[in-house]
Amino acid sequence: MRLRLLAFCRLVCETCCFSDRVRLPDWGISMRFGVETIAVGIGAFLALLGAAFARDSMFEAHMWVLFFVLLCSVAVLLRNASFSTAGAQSGNLSESGYFDEVVKYGTIATLFWGVIGFTVGVAAAAQLAFPDLNIEPWFNFGRLRPVHTSAVVFAFGGNALIATSFYVVQRTCRASLFGGNLAWFVFWGYQLFIVMAATGYLLGITQSREYAEPEWYVDLWLTLVWVAYLVVFMGTLVKRKEPHIYVANWFYLAFIITIAMLHIVNNLAVPVSFLGTKSYSAFAGVQDALTQWWYGHNAVGFFLTAGFLGMMYYFIPKQAGRPVYSYRLSIIHFWSLIFLYIWAGPHHLHYTALPDWAQTLGMVFSIMLWMPSWGGMINGLMTLSGAWDKIRTDPIIRMMVISVAFYGMSTFEGPVMSIKAVNSLSHYTDWTIGHVHSGALGWVGMISFGAIYYLVPKLWFRPQLYSLRLVNWHFWLATLGIVVYAAVMWVAGIQQGLMWREYDDQGFLVYSFAETVAAMKPYYILRTVGGIMYLSGGLVMAYNIFMTIRGHVRKETPIPGSVPAMQAAQ
Amino acid sequence: MSILDKHQLLEKNASLLLVGSLVVVSIGGIVEIAPLFYLENTIEKVEGMRPYTPLELAGRDIYIREGCYACHSQMIRPFRDEVERYGPYSLAAESMYDHPFQWGSKRTGPDLARVGARYSNEWHVQHLIEPRSVVPESIMPSYAFLSKSLLPVENIADHLKANAAVGVPYDAAMIDNALADLLAQADPDADTSELEERYPKVVLGDFDGNPVALTEMDALVAYLQMLGTLVDFSSYDPTSGYR
Repeated sequence: MRLRLLAFCRLVCETCCFSDRVRLPDWGISMRFGVETIAVGIGAFLALLGAAFARDSMFEAHMWVLFFVLLCSVAVLLRNASFSTAGAQSGNLSESGYFDEVVKYGTIATLFWGVIGFTVGVAAAAQLAFPDLNIEPWFNFGRLRPVHTSAVVFAFGGNALIATSFYVVQRTCRASLFGGNLAWFVFWGYQLFIVMAATGYLLGITQSREYAEPEWYVDLWLTLVWVAYLVVFMGTLVKRKEPHIYVANWFYLAFIITIAMLHIVNNLAVPVSFLGTKSYSAFAGVQDALTQWWYGHNAVGFFLTAGFLGMMYYFIPKQAGRPVYSYRLSIIHFWSLIFLYIWAGPHHLHYTALPDWAQTLGMVFSIMLWMPSWGGMINGLMTLSGAWDKIRTDPIIRMMVISVAFYGMSTFEGPVMSIKAVNSLSHYTDWTIGHVHSGALGWVGMISFGAIYYLVPKLWFRPQLYSLRLVNWHFWLATLGIVVYAAVMWVAGIQQGLMWREYDDQGFLVYSFAETVAAMKPYYILRTVGGIMYLSGGLVMAYNIFMTIRGHVRKETPIPGSVPAMQAAQ
Repeated sequence: MSILDKHQLLEKNASLLLVGSLVVVSIGGIVEIAPLFYLENTIEKVEGMRPYTPLELAGRDIYIREGCYACHSQMIRPFRDEVERYGPYSLAAESMYDHPFQWGSKRTGPDLARVGARYSNEWHVQHLIEPRSVVPESIMPSYAFLSKSLLPVENIADHLKANAAVGVPYDAAMIDNALADLLAQADPDADTSELEERYPKVVLGDFDGNPVALTEMDALVAYLQMLGTLVDFSSYDPTSGYR
């Protein structure tokens, strides 16, 4: 069965022409990147045609963007093209014996998009505090906000997931990536998706579905890339040399397959024209709302949770040098988490026109979800048993531990907010925004930073990071930034909710809506400050990683108590 | 713990693990979403709902394009303070032709589900051009460019057709007359009898205060001015929609 599947996948890959070299028949020589260059060139030409025959100005503009992106890609490919006699092998495998070049690119892309995403977040936060910072039409808050959310969730988080999953699946399967250059297609195809999505938002191209804003043609492209991702990952699992599939891979696999399901169903739509941007959702009103939040909540549950739990299950044991705390707990954790998460969507629609039975079901399952979430947290934290001293001595472990702590905090807060009575206060307020950020900045961000700090010296064969003191700086800037952000948003959200519903003795509403907006100003300013701290941490990290890759080691006195340094020991 | 030992089966077979995961993650969505499509009491029977006029639809697309949903909800919850602040709580029927829905998730600005007919056209135009000139506390961006951008109208019938394809009851006459209806709604001198027959309660007139040009501002204000106005709540009996 496995062999047959493998053969099938290989056939698919070969028919898709992802061979590394194309033979130019008459000259007996082969050209590196030949097929790729031709394919991207054809893509650029099609984009040009799309721009020429566009039915609306936004599609025309977007196709010009696509054309120039692909044109630059062709130029880069041609500059890197080389000719050699037929039969010469060029492998993707690095010195480690694994396909790590794509992981290196993914690591750098994660950093790059992380800094972009945090920066846009700071800009959007500043716009809420100082509305004059809106620059119409392209940089108004309404268009910038999805750039921030997508850049952080899909560009930063997505690249972190793709890069680490490719790294982890090879190590834990003792097999190099399946599909040859298909992994490159996944990487570059995904970057193209990000660029098209972000430029689309600024142009005003959006479906208005939160975290699924890209229009139909960008969605189709992502579907193609995602299927390729599944093929690479699944193919590597199938050709593994380890008898068991390691727990991290269960989570990565569930994340990939569930995101595929959610993406396809939620984006079902009928385009107005195949040469225009606009499409209309296949669903309407109440059904559309639940489909969207079934997607939206599980973008959190599978993209931002299951995938990153995969990261947790590999990198924490590795960095701590301890095995996963409980194998049985990880089985229960996995199946209960993926089963329960998918039900939780309706808690985004409490007290709306969604039928009560669906709301109640969503609430009940959201509360139950607390258990597997904390099961996972316990499994992650207890992996440190016997190595707790490393929290004091190793700033990377400290980063991973606080990440899991934030995971526990926000997966407790989430079920509380899903209780209808609580939700009646918290919904529509900044409390939700604070909750999301304690999960995204705390859990997703910190575990990714930890993984990157672990990966970079390994991938570039450096004896150690440039500076552990800078890791420590990053840790504190990020942690304090999150604390400021989350605390401010709690106060803001609860105050907002209370002001909206406050009555005076005569039974009149006390506050006009405008007054509740004015009351938010100090919080919005403070929130921006929290964001700037987190962004500064990101910049410190980018510098640290840059210097590490360059091969420098900072002359610094070790952090007290940290000797012997972890990195030196490796 | 023998059942956990059986887990080896899944751990050693990638295809089984894949299929198993897919089955497990499918259940919740099927149980929660599928019934909404066939349970008849999901959407109340109400009088007055109709598809958007072509101009309103164009305005709605601008509302979506500008990301208004990021800060404005269109879903009034059944609480005393919300009903007093915004009007009768929202019914499922009121968004039955909304592809996609615009319920929103955040109120950085107020709910807009019933903003229609609350303010004058002039107020809306002024507010969109310079929000703080009418609401000093506002943190809304300026949308002055809308009154300078001409509304692209040539493809409007295709937009109605796409909506019809996903279930909005636009009939042949509506699609055939889409462009004429669109122009008539914003033209104070036009004959609007057919338009009013096709789309009851349609709000007519020059919305942006500039009768010479049909702008995106016209379309957006026409959309805002009809929000929440279709169902007559003075005669609506909530018990008729009990579920």
